[in-house]
Amino acid sequence: MTYVRYLGRTVFRMLSLLIAVSVLSFVLMEAAPIDPMTAYIGTDSALSEEAKEEIAEHWSLKDPPVRRFAAWAENFLQGDWGDSITFKRPVKTVILERFRYSVWLMLAAWTLSGILGYVLGLAAAVRRGSLGDRIIKTLCLVLQSAPTFWIGLLILSLFAVKLRWFPIGLAAPMGKLADEITLADRIYHMILPALTLSVLGIGKITLYTRQKMLEIMESDFILFARARGESMAQIVLRHGIRNTLMPAITLQFASFSELFGGAALAESVFSYPGIGSALTAAGLNADVPLLLGIAVFSAVFVFAGNLAANLLYMILDPRIREASAR
Amino acid sequence: MEKKEKESVTGVENKWEHEKGKAPVLEVEDLTVSFGMYYKGLRRRELEVLHRLSLTVYAGEIMAVIGASGSGKSVLAHAVLGILPGNAAVQGEMRYQGGAYGEKEQKRLRGKEIVLIPQSVDYLDPLMRVGRQVRGVRGSKKMQENVFERYGLSENVDRLYPWELSGGMARRVLISAAEMEKARLVVADEPTPGLNEEMAEETMKSFRQMAERGCGVLLITHDIDLAFRSADRIAVFYAGTVVEEALTEDFQSGGAALRHPYSRAFLDALPQNGFRPIPGSQPYAGNLPKGCLFADRCPMRSEACGREIKMREVRGGRVRCIRDEI
Ligand code: SF4
Repeated sequence: MTYVRYLGRTVFRMLSLLIAVSVLSFVLMEAAPIDPMTAYIGTDSALSEEAKEEIAEHWSLKDPPVRRFAAWAENFLQGDWGDSITFKRPVKTVILERFRYSVWLMLAAWTLSGILGYVLGLAAAVRRGSLGDRIIKTLCLVLQSAPTFWIGLLILSLFAVKLRWFPIGLAAPMGKLADEITLADRIYHMILPALTLSVLGIGKITLYTRQKMLEIMESDFILFARARGESMAQIVLRHGIRNTLMPAITLQFASFSELFGGAALAESVFSYPGIGSALTAAGLNADVPLLLGIAVFSAVFVFAGNLAANLLYMILDPRIREASAR
Repeated sequence: MEKKEKESVTGVENKWEHEKGKAPVLEVEDLTVSFGMYYKGLRRRELEVLHRLSLTVYAGEIMAVIGASGSGKSVLAHAVLGILPGNAAVQGEMRYQGGAYGEKEQKRLRGKEIVLIPQSVDYLDPLMRVGRQVRGVRGSKKMQENVFERYGLSENVDRLYPWELSGGMARRVLISAAEMEKARLVVADEPTPGLNEEMAEETMKSFRQMAERGCGVLLITHDIDLAFRSADRIAVFYAGTVVEEALTEDFQSGGAALRHPYSRAFLDALPQNGFRPIPGSQPYAGNLPKGCLFADRCPMRSEACGREIKMREVRGGRVRCIRDEI
């Protein structure tokens, strides 16, 4: 019962969020000093006057902003997301194609930072105050405050330029034909951007896990476990993981927004053809249709992460699960 | 301390030992526990929560430690089990069944021969099913089922989570956990908070059964009535020390048989005795007086009370007071 109500509320929240995101993006574009026509066709367009007329008609470009937004929204809902100026192709195609690259990159970085961060956080908490704990803590704080761009450049110059272990950029070797590209090529090209991206997320999850575990270690039930003769290893395995894994996973899902933001920068540094670098390119070229498309798309993506986090909690935490089963 | 010496000092043998011929399970001699605290940021300060506490628990008896709530009695329980936090410093000597009882022995014996019965289900892992917790790291399913049956817990309690237990069930579950082992010493820390009369009685009955099997039961409580009704002997806890150890009868007979001024004041302050509290409050653990800890409130104080006061035998009990005509 509660599930259904929860889902209903969530979908409602999602819809209002999407509307808010698109309105806000639209208003921001509107505020930018670009002529709407130029925004839709770009500055160096070689289109004929008739074609321009047609576009203006289709997107209601000559009308006031509110009508223009309505026209965009209507087209968007019907699946016409407009054409990207930068890529000279439909926005939808560009986003889906780019996302195929990004999704693997983000997934790899997300999993890596999640697992590594969790284990490091646990270890630091168990050995609280030790040298290892202090190193992990300091490193995380540094990583958390360091800009992704800078970390990306650092990794790039060390592993790709200096050591030459990895390629400088792109998702596949240059000059190779599309059907000659192997999976190994793709993975090889993905390693550095994924590393950069996971470095971005690892600080947060490590510090969070450490904090959570420290709280658990102070709790009365750990005291009782010790009184019953459980060893440190048994305490961590029986109670520590049980009480920290769920919150950590939830946090990891909830950090989809940082992941998306980080991907934009990491992909740009490594000229990795994902959705992040498309976003940067769209911003630099004042590619309004693509920007709007990505804004809505990323909102859905981030929202899906948060939804997954909440649902997981509901399903896996017995306190919520059994309370709602009643 | 040698027994011969005790006799020569007081001329009286310990009454309990004498009458029932029981052997001590736990002997605590001058136990001092202090916590290093940072006071006003930088200055490290020692908080002496237990101060030269002496106490003996015999096999087959219920020994109740009574004192105001929040006065550090739990620290005694934790010190006996050896589960104090890392910033605690321990001095003094403990003996278990006549033999050495240090950190090594504590580690080996806790949860096996020496068990803790905690206050509430907060001492159980909220995310682990009750049955698994009662079994602990050594118990078998069979044993757990037997214990559950003995305590009238139905089979399905096994699959419940701690927060799903009613007050009475929770109490029985916590006792069951202690009953999984062949305990020689049971330490019960405030085992009856918020329980109604009937359940408190039931709990005490379980403790009596344990005592009859030969266990020593150390019952730590602020519930004086409960101690009067069910304990064999009572130790009065004041400012981190035990000021008097006496048979329960000595308390029930109106207080004339008691040896320490605080024990009498404590008795007088009870509602049923007219509620006549003495003025003043217990000294702060960070600033204990040199000699007798009760000196600033004692009507019978003399010059000599400012010196170190030893625990001594008087009329079959033990008292920490130097007055001659006790
Ligand atoms: S030692 Fe002195 S001050 Fe302390 S209780 Fe006895 S008489 Fe009172």
